[in-house]
Amino acid sequence: MRAIAGRPELYTSYRQETSLLNTRPKRVWVGGVVVLALLLPFLFADDLLQLLATGFAAAIGAIGLNIVTGYAGQVSLGHAFFLAIGAYTAAVLSGDTDGRVLGFGITSLPVWLLAAGLVAALAGVIVAPLAVRLRGLYLAIVTLGLVFIGEYVFREWTDVTGGAGVGRQAAIPTLFGQRLDVDGELFTRVQKLYFLMFVVLVIFAVLARNLVRSRTGRALAAVRDRDIAASVIGVSLTRYKFIAFAVSSFYAGVAGALLFVITGYIEPGSFNLLLSVQYIAMILIGGVATISGSIMGALFITLLPRVTRELPAVLPFVNANSGSGGITVFQVEAILYGLLIVGFLIFEPRGLFGIWIRVRNYWKSWPFSY
Amino acid sequence: MTELMQAIVRGLGQGSVYALLAIGFVIIYKSMRVISFAQPAFMLAGATLVSYLVVELNFFLAVVLATVLVALLGVGVERAALRPMIGKPVFVISIITLGVDVVIRVVVNGYIGINVRQVGDPWGLRTVTLLGIAVEQRYLAMFLTTMVLLAVLFAFFRYSRMGLAMRATALDQEVALAQGVSVGWVFALSWAIAAAMAAIAGVFVASGAGLDQGLWIVALKALPVIILGGLDSLGGALVAGLAIGVVEALVASYGTDISPHLDGDFALVSPYIVMMLVLLVRPYGLFGTREVERV
Repeated sequence: MRAIAGRPELYTSYRQETSLLNTRPKRVWVGGVVVLALLLPFLFADDLLQLLATGFAAAIGAIGLNIVTGYAGQVSLGHAFFLAIGAYTAAVLSGDTDGRVLGFGITSLPVWLLAAGLVAALAGVIVAPLAVRLRGLYLAIVTLGLVFIGEYVFREWTDVTGGAGVGRQAAIPTLFGQRLDVDGELFTRVQKLYFLMFVVLVIFAVLARNLVRSRTGRALAAVRDRDIAASVIGVSLTRYKFIAFAVSSFYAGVAGALLFVITGYIEPGSFNLLLSVQYIAMILIGGVATISGSIMGALFITLLPRVTRELPAVLPFVNANSGSGGITVFQVEAILYGLLIVGFLIFEPRGLFGIWIRVRNYWKSWPFSY
Repeated sequence: MTELMQAIVRGLGQGSVYALLAIGFVIIYKSMRVISFAQPAFMLAGATLVSYLVVELNFFLAVVLATVLVALLGVGVERAALRPMIGKPVFVISIITLGVDVVIRVVVNGYIGINVRQVGDPWGLRTVTLLGIAVEQRYLAMFLTTMVLLAVLFAFFRYSRMGLAMRATALDQEVALAQGVSVGWVFALSWAIAAAMAAIAGVFVASGAGLDQGLWIVALKALPVIILGGLDSLGGALVAGLAIGVVEALVASYGTDISPHLDGDFALVSPYIVMMLVLLVRPYGLFGTREVERV
């Protein structure tokens, strides 16, 4: 069990090898990144912090999608639907009791966060029977149908969603009697939200990492790699597809609830196909079946609009607003999504995570080539 | 009674457009085992090209020319983005078509602009009286064109040499290759046909109401159609297309009688609900081939 002195990479047990931080560099890097992330609020301006906080919340959703699509191999284009369920559950629970829309006034963050996850997980369990019967692209299209049905329901159910174009206030986060979405004496609103998102992301990332290195995680990978072989060796397809959808939807629900806390406002039109495709792009660009890749991909996609907005200053043929000829930043952004997805799939199928692995392996043996 | 007949005719017209779009998906699926998410872009490109060409040319000439150009675009996309990916997992290739779709659509949207464009079709919203029912001419045109096109396509697959090659490839790629079929040509031709069908469908979708950037969403209606009919069945695509069109039209006409929530918006999502219900009973669609797994 114990590490042998002078032989850092010699594992004497299976448990040691599959442990969470099994090498010294991993411990150092993870520690460094966490410390850096905790220092950022004191270095960056609020607008950038807000973007990073959004990225952290999106990362929780991306981890969820990676569990069902990356680890369990069930392609889901319906992630936006589960995000919406989480967002509305949280908003309804914490909403004003005598407002224009339905609300119960329970503003305690842990309560509505858990409820958002559980209600979304329930929706995932309802969808799972379809996944048990269908495979591959059939499943992708059925989950795509969910997004359209969801869009309709959210538009019509005005008591909860406020209706199209009007929307409603998002969930109100209070923790230990403190409102987190208003400026305080010590920290600004954005700094508080940044810390909140970061802490929740760390908790959920560790949970996900623990799940995928357990018996359940290995069963999910078996279902992905060859479902028939998996069922022959005794992995119940029904059981593990249910688990994959429930856990993934739980993550999506939590992410949905948190995402809209930052903007403070939910519009039912935002849960469309584009949102689902963005999450697919996050895990493809970040790295399929990796937790750290999901986080990298989510941050990458969230920060991308910010980068393209700087383009007009560098490239003269890109315009900041439409109507003045040339191409606009929005068009560049949309094209970049497409090109990035295609490019990563062709040149680096392991995504940003794969690039990191290559960089790491290069420096591992530097200055020798291998 | 008249109202019912009118709804059904409207449904058959819309449904035949869905069938045209669905045929494109099915042809690509049969040859490459891939669902191409690039069809909406081809549809939009076809309608946009016609809206520009019709200024100079006769409408029918414009449609033919636009169809040929979009077919060439389809071949180009296949050659540039998909041929290098042969042998990769189908999910990866499908996602690539999604990326291609976004790129083409952004370019086309630049040409559409913010205003509604007209495709200059000779039908407009005029009606003709048929057996005592007022029928919009465009629905008649949609239905008849689709039937003629599909008859030609079926005859092509049934009787021509290239059609035989395509059927052989759909059945077993390697065996077809061994018999001297150029599978590369088959891929190119299936993309050309699929893109051409999407372009024609695009013209019909834009006829009457006009063409704007949001029109691409109509092409996604073909997805419940192909799932309902079975991913690899041409006949299934036609039957399911017409069925979905009629269901949608009936819900739009009578939904509000049952509940105020079941309005036109509900009609738009009704195809997806029909699809889910059918899939629970028949996981491979109405006419799809049941997948047999060998261990």
